[in-house]
Amino acid sequence: MFLFRLRRTAKLGIKSLWMHRLRSTLTTLGIIFGVSSVIAMLAIGEGASREAQAQIARLGSRNIIIKTVKPPEQKDVSGEGETMLEYGLTYLDAERFRNSIPNVEVIVPSRLLSEQVWYRNRKVAIEVIGTVPWYPEISPIQLQSGRFLSSLDMHHKRGVCVIDEKVVRELFVFDEPLGQDVKMARDYYRVVGIVSTQESGPAEENLGNEVAAGQSQGGANVGNIYLPLTTVKKRFGEMSLQISGSSGRSLERVELQEVIVKVRSMDEVLPTRETLETLLSRFHKKNDYQVIVPLELLEQARQTQRIFSIVLGSIAAISLLVGGIGIMNIMLATVSERTREIGIRRALGAKKQDIIFQFLSETLLLTLAGGILGIILGSFIPFLVTYFGRMPTVITGRSLVLAFGISATVGIIFGLYPAYRAANMDPIESLRHE
Amino acid sequence: MQKSDKTVEFSNGTPIVVFEQLCKSYQLGTVELQVLRDIDLTIKDGEYVAIMGPSGSGKSTMLNLLGCLDRPTSGLYSLAGQDISALDDDQLSLIRGARIGFIFQSYNLIQQLNVIENIEVPMYYQGFSEDASAKRARELATLVGLGDRLTHRPTELSGGQQQRVAIARSLANDPLIILADEPTGNLDSESGAEILNILVDLHKKGKTLIVVTHDENIAAHAERIIELFDGQIKRQ
Repeated sequence: MFLFRLRRTAKLGIKSLWMHRLRSTLTTLGIIFGVSSVIAMLAIGEGASREAQAQIARLGSRNIIIKTVKPPEQKDVSGEGETMLEYGLTYLDAERFRNSIPNVEVIVPSRLLSEQVWYRNRKVAIEVIGTVPWYPEISPIQLQSGRFLSSLDMHHKRGVCVIDEKVVRELFVFDEPLGQDVKMARDYYRVVGIVSTQESGPAEENLGNEVAAGQSQGGANVGNIYLPLTTVKKRFGEMSLQISGSSGRSLERVELQEVIVKVRSMDEVLPTRETLETLLSRFHKKNDYQVIVPLELLEQARQTQRIFSIVLGSIAAISLLVGGIGIMNIMLATVSERTREIGIRRALGAKKQDIIFQFLSETLLLTLAGGILGIILGSFIPFLVTYFGRMPTVITGRSLVLAFGISATVGIIFGLYPAYRAANMDPIESLRHE
Repeated sequence: MQKSDKTVEFSNGTPIVVFEQLCKSYQLGTVELQVLRDIDLTIKDGEYVAIMGPSGSGKSTMLNLLGCLDRPTSGLYSLAGQDISALDDDQLSLIRGARIGFIFQSYNLIQQLNVIENIEVPMYYQGFSEDASAKRARELATLVGLGDRLTHRPTELSGGQQQRVAIARSLANDPLIILADEPTGNLDSESGAEILNILVDLHKKGKTLIVVTHDENIAAHAERIIELFDGQIKRQ
């Protein structure tokens, strides 16, 4: 019975709306655009947020990254041609962290160098990461074949290396890389393992640039080669020659480019960070380090996302409000146009609630149709954005449900008043209406 | 369906419509306009009554009251023993749909609906099932001679045909009384005669028929003529 009523009412609604196709379509456009903008905006926002969060998560949410930063230029060493600049994190710093900070799971000191690697007659620019055997614990890299660096490699300062798949692709066309020797600077290194490539998106690049400008030439486009930290220290030394502008050459001495501290739980990240900073500030007079907490970045990203969502939500809400007003306007016109029909129906036994039901369902039909079309259009826009704008977008089920719910709510809210007006018309007056 | 029990319940001669000291007045600004004054009237089951009178005599108001579209200001209106003045809007709607069949001068069909659907409207509001109402609508359409136009829209029908749809619709819930307001007023004489024939037929089948008209010809078929003048019954 109820189903029949529903079907009858829907059928009647469709007929009435069909009689005024153009009007119905134009009215629905407001809802279509409102809903599709909700979906598109949410998809773009969600895409951006997920990308940012994934990048930050790759840095490790339990990690605290301390990076060496070149301090602001100091001219107190008055050398004509050559100056010697010593700054940055030291082995002693890493040692201090190990000894004085509780709740630390691992500490990973690293040397970072930009180098070129040769295999036979092929050459590729890479990033050398001189590090410790437990580096994989703080990094998302996965061992693909062979092994990672070992403590024996460290101890004996062996000439071994682990390369990532990017380097494999660029250097080894036909040969199996494991067991081959590659050449960097003057020395040969045996490949003992292959790991997955550390993906880094644009945001990470920005982070890197901001932190260590000049140290590493951006990790995005080059592969990584991992060497034992001790080997790097022995073979590459700690000096580097910087040719800087007209002032000539300057020597720089940096022990470590990076120390990553991983704590036991996320709760300990922020307290540990404070301890670290206190400790560092005591021993570093120059401002030659920077502490990065991915967890904090994650929180910031979430905060930004919340604000973003509120702004987008308000815009969408306004457009839906405008759409809803448009619908109400049309429904009021429809009601007064169909006064006679209302009178006839009342004479033939329709109660007030029947009339309300009829007009409300017509409004609902209009907005739900708009909602569905809006969802289709709104799902299509993110694809265009991804395709042409090369921006990631994610359409969540939640946003579809939300958009549909909103259009239904708009329909009910803006349909109620016209329906109420219709129901409260005097049947006698309505029947006389021409 | 079981609706046909009513004709058994109210066999010929039972009073269906009873007005006692019925008054209706409207407030026009500060002036109270007495449209109907102290009407006493009884209409029995199966009667064919014509209500006549010049314009402004209160015919329309009387029709509205009879049709439960309006409530009397004072006095009693009982329809089949039920006091109408005491009912609320929903109950009045229910009574209109179940017990009264309306036929209007300008047919008053719903333009979006076809013949069948128009006839179904009163049944829909009485809660008929889909199948039952479709079946009955088809029967009624055939009864008024429109069995071959079931899916036509009102705009595709002549005036006479439209009025026949309206008659079929008025019969949908097997009402106690059929109220017709100038049923032939918009028709040419030929179609008018056809409609009149159908109405007379209905009366012969035992329907209670109340017709408001100027048309002497229609009135001539009636068993009783009630003449209104100035809100009062001049002659019956």
